[in-house]
Amino acid sequence: MMDRLLMVMTGLSVALLALVLVSVRRAHIRVEYSVSWLVAAAVLLGLSRMHGLLAWMAALLGVESAPLALLMIVFSVFLMVFFRFSVILSHLKDHSVALAQRVAILEFHLRSLHEKEPDQ
Amino acid sequence: MALEAGSLMVIVPAYNEAGAVGEVVRGVRETMAGVRVLVIDDCSEDATVSVARHAGAEVLGLPHHLGLGGCVQAGYKLAFELGYDYVIRVDGDGQHAPQDIPRVLDALKTSGCQMVIGSRYAGGTPPRTSWVRGLGIRFFRLVLRPILGRPVHDPTSGFVGVNRAALELFTRSFPLEYPEIEALVVLQRKSFRFLEVPCQTRPRLAGQSTITALKSLYYIVHVLLGVFVNILKYEGRRRRQ
Repeated sequence: MMDRLLMVMTGLSVALLALVLVSVRRAHIRVEYSVSWLVAAAVLLGLSRMHGLLAWMAALLGVESAPLALLMIVFSVFLMVFFRFSVILSHLKDHSVALAQRVAILEFHLRSLHEKEPDQ
Repeated sequence: MALEAGSLMVIVPAYNEAGAVGEVVRGVRETMAGVRVLVIDDCSEDATVSVARHAGAEVLGLPHHLGLGGCVQAGYKLAFELGYDYVIRVDGDGQHAPQDIPRVLDALKTSGCQMVIGSRYAGGTPPRTSWVRGLGIRFFRLVLRPILGRPVHDPTSGFVGVNRAALELFTRSFPLEYPEIEALVVLQRKSFRFLEVPCQTRPRLAGQSTITALKSLYYIVHVLLGVFVNILKYEGRRRRQ
């Protein structure tokens, strides 16, 4: 049971690593936004291959079952990644709003200038 | 071109208001002859822009949909850049009577307050509204009372006038989604003052409100969070100073 779960986790981590690397190579994800995913995948890969480390972490968390500890760690890692992206998204939204307002104001000024110019 | 002292711009945020915005612009121009009317188009999918221009307004067209707060702030930013001393916002759905604009302007000029709210509840017959919205307004009156240190009758009114000091503040800090209530807190944190003057409310000239009961509940949660975040932000900054 435990071995199968760790094998699945290894497979998923490798698949995630490959997916992120391919996406970066094809410019679907920018390098700076791929780092969180790569770190998350590397942590999961490490935990799924190092049984001793996983058992130590389970003991540290006070969880008797190593698979449960692994799920808790997976959940926490992805929660942190999602939080980081929420922060990035919020900054992007602020910038996008400010930029849209600036574009609209500049277009307004341009239009006013064109209307003031005599016909040529 | 230098503006006269006490210059006024009327701004009309609009999103898909082709059926009403023309009447609103004409009403404002008839009441306030010579005053510049700016319709801020929040990337409407209908003929709002052409109807507004045809009625005699200038149009500030946003390149993509920003929501009410972002739309109003764009108008404030332009008015500030152009050097206006007073800006009055009326909604594009025709619910605010342009005949009340002089009263709001007069209060802005004489009261010493930085913001004047055209209040639907400060006198006369209160408007008919859904029970959820009515409950929301009562709830926010209670929440805002201790924060503002004084009662506010109509915290969700979109009929608002600001002077240049408030304009300058709002170009830097203005809530993006549901601005009215949070804007009051932003003002209060700067020790600015506001005043309510009674104003009429009319039925929408066209279209239907998109605010459903579920959206009203989302609005309450969103605004409540925004109010407390504003307070925490201000307190944090004050402690650092």
